[in-house]
Amino acid sequence: MTKDQIKADIEAGSNDAAEKAHVAGLTGDEFDHVLEIVTEPSRYVSVEHGREVVLTRDGGVLKYTGASRYSGSSLSKEQGITVGERVVGLDTMELGNSDYSFKPCKAIAYDEAQHMENAQMVSIIPLFYGAMPNLGSYYQSLGGPWPAPTDLLKNGKIKESRETQEHAADDLKTDIIYLAKIMDQSGADGLDFDTTAAYGDAEFYASLNAIEQVKRETNLAVEVGMAGEMIMGMHCELDYQGTRLAGLWPHQQGKLVEKAGASMFGPVVNTRTTKSFPWNLGRALAFVKTVTKEVQIPIHCNMGMGVCGVPMAEVPPMDAVTRAAKAMVEIADIDGV
Amino acid sequence: MAIGMGGLRTAGDLVARTQMEKKLKIREAKAYVAKKLAVEPVTLADEYAMAELRKKLDIGLIIGLTGYAKGLAAKARIARTCDFRINSVTKLFEKTR
Repeated sequence: MTKDQIKADIEAGSNDAAEKAHVAGLTGDEFDHVLEIVTEPSRYVSVEHGREVVLTRDGGVLKYTGASRYSGSSLSKEQGITVGERVVGLDTMELGNSDYSFKPCKAIAYDEAQHMENAQMVSIIPLFYGAMPNLGSYYQSLGGPWPAPTDLLKNGKIKESRETQEHAADDLKTDIIYLAKIMDQSGADGLDFDTTAAYGDAEFYASLNAIEQVKRETNLAVEVGMAGEMIMGMHCELDYQGTRLAGLWPHQQGKLVEKAGASMFGPVVNTRTTKSFPWNLGRALAFVKTVTKEVQIPIHCNMGMGVCGVPMAEVPPMDAVTRAAKAMVEIADIDGV
Repeated sequence: MAIGMGGLRTAGDLVARTQMEKKLKIREAKAYVAKKLAVEPVTLADEYAMAELRKKLDIGLIIGLTGYAKGLAAKARIARTCDFRINSVTKLFEKTR
């Protein structure tokens, strides 16, 4: 791409975000700054001294142990924590199950707690326990107890579809609290909600209410990473403290996460795979810039494969990843990744 | 890692704990830790300075030097130095009082 093409794509991406979410896009100086970052000739780029941010690690040990989608290393969970802390130099780490959702973790909660207790004896950095709310795991299509709302909607059963989501949301909240209390007892520093609201507004509803209860009844810090830039309206009539959840954009999601009592919010902007890296980066920056302005808790932008400007690739290219990260720090003013 | 603080290499874990417990944005979190450690915020990401300081305060190092606090002992010292409530440390004291 030429410089003009790159700049045009950055502007087009920013304008797309501004139009969709009714947020301010990037300004003239910011476009030039992003262009400078993207066209820097070095392979990797970094931030100025003093602008370093905190890296919180969702997925955690999964990345350094036997999960086939990650490194596939033959290490235990405790060894994975040590790798993250003492070899990689992360600021926090996370324990999690390879079936990384709250529902399957419930059955093995005490086994997971044992790993947490072992890890807490020898680690120094903060350790979270992480899982996805994954409301879909409560539906019969994925082995859960409740009829899937999509099956009901196909047959025009809107009321029944809403009811099944409400039942599933209650079960999800129960499981989150169950796991949170066991992890609190085991000395965990925090609970991480990964890909929150992947199944839409009912999942977000369950998560927000669970966060409130976790904060009331445990000593755990809560970090919330989202699944997408907009909350899908699967139910459409659920609200949290008077705000309807369907259709919320990142800055609106973050305000509710803050109200629920979480310590950190991780916005997500999904990468559009038919568009260029500059387009996706411009778009992500416009969304996240608004989040950091309007949400008062630390913002830890999700920057893995396919989110917040990072290309959708199993092995993300480091030139793009470092450019996206630098841009997020210097333009969107994030507090962490 | 291009933009991160580097965890135990510097003061990344301490700034992370500040964000988790006190919900402070990055500049305020760094200012908080810097004040507790009696250094300038820019020093917090200086590996050499922080290694020496962490040895002096005995709050955990990324290298495995013998005789220095590790694991729960390091966290107990971090909790005291930075005025954090660290869950595993609280549990330790509940078991050992």
